Amino acid sequence: MGEEPGIVPPRGNLPPLSLHVPEPKFRPGDAVDFADVPIPPAGTARRPDTADAARDFTDLAYSMVRVLDDNHQAVGAWNPRLSPDTLRRMLRHMATVRAFDERMFRAQRQGKTSFYMKSLGEEAVAVAAAHALDAEDMCFPSYRQQGLLIARGCPMVDMMNQIYSNTGDKLQGKQLPIMYSEKRFGFFSISGNLTTQYPQAVGWAMASASKGDTRIAATWCGEGSTAEGDFHSALTFATVYRAPVIFNVVNNQWAISSFSGFAGAEATTFAARAVGYGIAGLRVDGNDALAVYAATAWAAERARTNAGPTLIEHFTYRTEGHSTSDDPTQYRSAGEPTAWPLGDPIRRLKDHLVAIGEWDEARQADMDREVAEEVKAAQKEAEKNGVLGHGLRQPLDSLFDGVFEEMPWHLREQRQMMIDEETASGRPWDRK
Amino acid sequence: MTDTIEQPVDDTTTRMNMIQAINSAMDVTMARDPAIVVMGEDVGYFGGVFRATAGLQKKYGKTRVFDTPITECGIIGVAVGMGAYGLRPVPEIQFADYIYPALDQLVSEAARLRYRSGGEFTAPLTVRSPFGGGIFGGQTHSQSPEGIFTHVSGVKTVIPSTPYDAKGLLIAAIEDNDPVIFFEPKRIYNGPFNGHWDRPAENWSKHPGGEVPTGYYKIPLGKANVVRDGEAVTMLAYGTMVHVCAQVVADTGVDAEIVDLRTLVPLDIETIEASVKKTGRCMIVHEATRTSGFGAELAALVQERCFYHLEAPVERVTGFDTPYPHSLEWAYFPGPVRIGQALKKILKD
Repeated sequence: MGEEPGIVPPRGNLPPLSLHVPEPKFRPGDAVDFADVPIPPAGTARRPDTADAARDFTDLAYSMVRVLDDNHQAVGAWNPRLSPDTLRRMLRHMATVRAFDERMFRAQRQGKTSFYMKSLGEEAVAVAAAHALDAEDMCFPSYRQQGLLIARGCPMVDMMNQIYSNTGDKLQGKQLPIMYSEKRFGFFSISGNLTTQYPQAVGWAMASASKGDTRIAATWCGEGSTAEGDFHSALTFATVYRAPVIFNVVNNQWAISSFSGFAGAEATTFAARAVGYGIAGLRVDGNDALAVYAATAWAAERARTNAGPTLIEHFTYRTEGHSTSDDPTQYRSAGEPTAWPLGDPIRRLKDHLVAIGEWDEARQADMDREVAEEVKAAQKEAEKNGVLGHGLRQPLDSLFDGVFEEMPWHLREQRQMMIDEETASGRPWDRK
Repeated sequence: MTDTIEQPVDDTTTRMNMIQAINSAMDVTMARDPAIVVMGEDVGYFGGVFRATAGLQKKYGKTRVFDTPITECGIIGVAVGMGAYGLRPVPEIQFADYIYPALDQLVSEAARLRYRSGGEFTAPLTVRSPFGGGIFGGQTHSQSPEGIFTHVSGVKTVIPSTPYDAKGLLIAAIEDNDPVIFFEPKRIYNGPFNGHWDRPAENWSKHPGGEVPTGYYKIPLGKANVVRDGEAVTMLAYGTMVHVCAQVVADTGVDAEIVDLRTLVPLDIETIEASVKKTGRCMIVHEATRTSGFGAELAALVQERCFYHLEAPVERVTGFDTPYPHSLEWAYFPGPVRIGQALKKILKD
């Protein structure tokens, strides 16, 4: 090795090149001030017609659709004017998700399962979308949209059976906890690989369109995984064929320990990704359930009328760690969650219901107690089917089921090896 | 899986090259099943860079046969979503060398969907892709990546060697409810290449495999074809190399048994085992690079099952562990000389 590689003589008066590596504003121990996060007042965003050309409202990709104002009133052109009953249902579903998350997080800490992911602070993103979509519309979620299942009425016992990988788990314990598959609730099998669901949602939507169906597709990913090639492939396909699909980017600021700057947030918004593709782009206050509902309903109408796809950036905040496997105090300031300027989505919807005279503290307390009881009862029921690693589980030879529709010889041979191995080990196990 | 070849409903046959046979397979299945869609770069109006989809868009319309953006990850991802809806997509990846951007969608999604969803969702795709060299395609139009896919649980890998096989196997692949990688040896699209690149090219008009039923028939996946009976040595091959082996055998007069595998996964182990136990010698021939190639798996299986019948070490004749070269293509290619030398060695041992 001789000269240092890559060093060339200075070029005129230019300074040497320097590499920019993004750095979040706050690290552990730092005082947090989000004053420079631009938050436009509620009710100021214009609402284009769902048939308008995407290029005519690109400003909406850089501002923010907000409905709930500081006085807890629903204001502006995006106010979806939902009935109090619908608002209360949304509130209850969000509260149920929170209680479910709390219970399952604790179950993981108690050693009853290997893994869990909460959606604390982001409940509005999935729950309000589920209310705005038709029940038959197909969802291609990432791993933090448990709110879709709760809002669509999936029994919590079934979700918990999956989390425990127990005898009641219809996925036979084959998937990591929370990687649900619920075809009956229009919920595609979750992959652990990021944003693979994006082109799949487009394919489903294209199929629906080509068959003259009326159902549309919706998909979700985090802001960090917009960097994946699949994201861009999906947007290209969607714009080319005007696929009836809604792309949701849940910008919760953090991808495990990497802040949104590593996905490009220092330079532009995530909604602005839509602009380059000629897709409708909306940027939404993700902690405002009414704004999420309104944007989703707008995008659904656009898709259903053959006017093409929409990308919605939900501006929100991941209040807890990425999963049970990371400790957020190691990489970000502990002051961030409480300083987040868009508040708590459940609290904001509740305050709205109270402000319009349709709710009160006593009813809120009753509801919280009820959902906690429901979750607890579901957990008790699910644990009758076993928890991970203790007693009840799927029969061992289910390991080989479902690799192919029909089992080829080499898998039959390997299954026999496993059975012989188990017999030789002397461990008793239930072969059904 | 049926063990018998379904006889054609209509026994009319005609001469086809492999491209026409592949086209015919899509045509007859699309006519039977409205869920089948064909998609890929240049496959629509133009009919594909190798013309494999010619005429299909005109016949079945743009929503069933369409051009796609140039994103292999998108093509396979979209096909997985279409499969989840209930369609039966037949995406084309223009060259096997371009399949790598789609690997995640194939390996982590299509191949795993049935398993991870407890059978709720499946990926009944057939990914067609021209593969292999011998056409002066250089390193980006010549590769044989079958070993990458045989290593993946949940996907089937099929490689035909004649127009007749190509049509019957492709129909079986399209109707299969699991994802199938269907690699088409592009060197033999137009004729049965015997490895002698410096001799005049042959076409399919005189080869028995060029006589193809015009209607519907299937060749079951997982069944090999003994293309030549013999006693001295078993030659395991697939795709182009079946024809190169046949030429070497004809030229040397060695009484070799040539087994065309046709499907790598699931593999027809019974036919392989019976042949090797009979001949006592086994030679494996593939064009793909050597290290961790499918030949390594075959060699392991043969020694596991036929060790006490073997009279010589298992021989592998393969491409070299280099990128596929352009000007030195025929130095890379496992042609008649390399195969002939290996035959001499295995018969002497």
